Amino acid sequence: MSHSALDSSRAAAGSEPAPDPAPGPPENTTAPPLRKRRRSFLPYGLILPAAILEVLIHIGPMLLGIWIAFISLTQLNLTNWLNAPFVGLQNFINGLNPDSTIGQAFFSTVGRTLLYTVLVVGFSWILGMAGAVFLSSNFKGRAILRTFFLVPYALPAYVGTIAWAFMFNQRDGAVNQILVDTLHLFGDERPFWLLGQNSFGAMIIVNVWQLWPFAFLMLMAALQNVPTDVYEAAAIDGASLWQQFRTITLPMVRPANGVLLMVMSLWTFNQFNIPFVLFGAASPKEATLVSPLIYQNSFGSWNFGLGGAMSVLLLIALFIASVFYIRMVLPKGDDND
Amino acid sequence: MIETRNFRILRNVVLTILSVWVAVPLYVVVSTSLKPLKDVSGLFQWIPREITASPYFDIWTTVPLAKYFQNSLIITVCATLCSVTVAVLAAYAIARLQFKGKRAFSLTVLSTQMFPGILFLLPLYLIFTQIRNLTGLQLQGSYMGLIITYMTFTLPFAIWMLSGYFASIPKELEEASMIDGTGRMGALFRVVLPVAKPGIIAVAVYSFISAWGEVLFASVLTNEATKTLSLGLKSYASESDVFWNQLMAASVVVSLPVLIGFILVQKHLVAGLSAGAVK
Repeated sequence: MSHSALDSSRAAAGSEPAPDPAPGPPENTTAPPLRKRRRSFLPYGLILPAAILEVLIHIGPMLLGIWIAFISLTQLNLTNWLNAPFVGLQNFINGLNPDSTIGQAFFSTVGRTLLYTVLVVGFSWILGMAGAVFLSSNFKGRAILRTFFLVPYALPAYVGTIAWAFMFNQRDGAVNQILVDTLHLFGDERPFWLLGQNSFGAMIIVNVWQLWPFAFLMLMAALQNVPTDVYEAAAIDGASLWQQFRTITLPMVRPANGVLLMVMSLWTFNQFNIPFVLFGAASPKEATLVSPLIYQNSFGSWNFGLGGAMSVLLLIALFIASVFYIRMVLPKGDDND
Repeated sequence: MIETRNFRILRNVVLTILSVWVAVPLYVVVSTSLKPLKDVSGLFQWIPREITASPYFDIWTTVPLAKYFQNSLIITVCATLCSVTVAVLAAYAIARLQFKGKRAFSLTVLSTQMFPGILFLLPLYLIFTQIRNLTGLQLQGSYMGLIITYMTFTLPFAIWMLSGYFASIPKELEEASMIDGTGRMGALFRVVLPVAKPGIIAVAVYSFISAWGEVLFASVLTNEATKTLSLGLKSYASESDVFWNQLMAASVVVSLPVLIGFILVQKHLVAGLSAGAVK
């Protein structure tokens, strides 16, 4: 460490276009503070553009978002929002009261979004794991299949969703063609998939289709670190495939799993694109998620204060989640100055 | 796992199921995009009765697809370039230098990339309104406004991924360069950036992909003149009719750039993502 610090300070001095300090007396006292100052300003210069942008596009808007929750902001005073009346906790009381209709809708939306997250992440993880385990072995066509599995993840989200919307078409879509015409399920009825109760399941299918390749990608990377001779030893001891999976594969991916599940959960919990493209600006009430609900309140019914209050609650929830996430991603105390 | 016979059978079964699962929607898109309009309105046909390339020509005249393409391209390229340029400097500082407030800065970057756009949309909308009131500068519906909002997700991602890449480059390379008298910045530009080029390109492509697929900001902050592809594709559905074949052809066309980009950089992307620098 001290060696590299020495190198860099020497190099920093060397880069000075100013006269070389070397000809001066050996007990040169002006050079070290100069070097020190140069070195301490450099990092701030480098992060300055990013820091300014962070303040402008993240921190500032987030603080303003909190402020919005405490003012009465509607379509009428939108263009003059600086003068919107301060209403304290009124938005929270009106909108998030569990006894009111809006409050009930909010809390059932949060519950639904949590269930949605668990199901989407669960299915995505299982499919990703299955793909990763079997593509970790060597066979012909492996590279092609690996790339192919990633296609849903690389496509623009709205393209995949449009494709599914077409397939879920009630009258003559591909899904009903298979389920009703070919497999003769549901009798003569052709179920609606994008309305009512079924829309929740349809949305899960679309999301899993788009998300599972990410789990696949990350789990494949994790499995590459498992040495094959561990499996050989287990097989010699007579371990079945399932036992090998449970006792070797699963524990080996555990470190990767924490971050993977966390990230997938956050993405899914915040999902907006899929319902928006699948259902339009207003989802069926059985399939409304948190982000679309805030959107509907803000830009649908122009009740920005309520949207703001819900945003604040979401912000708090995400803040707690991000603390856990950061604990997992960042090793503790990786810098102490 | 050990490739016993059972393993191979199971592998074939599972991989076949997964392939079909991935392939069906893709097949539906591509096959529909090659059908004449009269064949897409009735019951879905798995095997096209007639194949035609005409939807691929018609998409450009039915709706102003070229305009949407241009809008998406300008906004996405600018947001990506701005993010990557700013991120390279910040990421290098995070990866290599010690400074006061570094942890606070990294934590901010890391946490903001997990917050959904919906949290920033309304405040940014209000800020844009205020700017218009004060200066007359119209940011709603402008390229500038969208580029700024797209940076809310491309920037933190780029910083975080790039700092992972820079950290994985051996320090000795820069030290050697600095001994040769290049200085920190010289080492960054002459040694680190060339070495990290594949990673930087991968990050840029990934930012491009996420901006290309953006729906939320575009739905509120664009107007007729700046509409992006994510909204423009809706125009293939009129009140009475949906030109499904053209919609699918347009989907193929807008997917190809990002798909090709993704396939070209996927190796570096996987390395970066799995290095712990998960978006």
